[in-house]
Amino acid sequence: MKFKHSLYILPLSLSFALLAAEPSWRTLVEDGLHDPTSPAIGVLQEPASALSLLPPDTTGNQVSWIRALREGYIEPRTNILPETKIEVLDMDIIMEKTGELSLVMFPHKPHTEWLDCANCHDKIFVEKVDANPINMFAILSGEYCGQCHGAVAFPLTECNRCHSVARSSFTGKPGVQPISVSD
Amino acid sequence: MRLVLILALAGMMPDASAEYGDVVLNKLSDANDVRPVIFPHWFHRIRFRCKVCHQELGFEMRAGANQMNMGKIIDGQYCGMCHNGEIAWSVDECHLCHSGKPGLKTGIRGSNQTGGPGRW
Repeated sequence: MKFKHSLYILPLSLSFALLAAEPSWRTLVEDGLHDPTSPAIGVLQEPASALSLLPPDTTGNQVSWIRALREGYIEPRTNILPETKIEVLDMDIIMEKTGELSLVMFPHKPHTEWLDCANCHDKIFVEKVDANPINMFAILSGEYCGQCHGAVAFPLTECNRCHSVARSSFTGKPGVQPISVSD
Repeated sequence: MRLVLILALAGMMPDASAEYGDVVLNKLSDANDVRPVIFPHWFHRIRFRCKVCHQELGFEMRAGANQMNMGKIIDGQYCGMCHNGEIAWSVDECHLCHSGKPGLKTGIRGSNQTGGPGRW
């Protein structure tokens, strides 16, 4: 009898473990924001119906938005006004003033695939290497990178995505990198 | 230094329910007896890059920093640039945007909250 029970429990606990690892999205009714009595429920798209089809990530919307765009899962419009100039810049910047943490490699390319230069320059960042006193306290307060990261772009719990270059392995000069390594 | 950062990160408890990047707009809604607006970033970024709204449409990148109202939207500003019945549903579909629970506070939700983007 005991043996029989354990036969049930093993696959059950395995499936729970798998369920926990699978991304899942709350329905609009359960999200704590939408009014369950609103006539919009049933009309508005449910997050799972769209996000479950995109390349997965472990955080944020549980979607790798960079992959979703580059691999053609989504084709978001770049502009509405015909005269808008679209610029994508492939330029990596290495920032070395990171205490004992790995160096920060900032890739312009994935940022400019989504954003306009003027979204960051010069309102959030002066367009000059070393001219911005960026630090984690300011970022955690929603300044600099924290204006988007921690709100809509991947959250500030993902240290290594920005602090991505080991101090010991970097032999070049900080600042603008001669060859893009972001891809 | 590290300990302080770890404590700061631990303080950023994600909202357990809302989708990452959802924005509640309720500066005027409750006061005018309509449901607050729930703006889903995830839905919009599937269809538009950040720069369309944050550059062409002129939305400041901080929840609460944009002074929009229905007059401006009907005039084609802010949401009204697309929500005009051509690119997206028209402003007469009030309930599709005004779909939130009454009493919600304006701000960004569903995110690992920092002191910044959610505060205004």
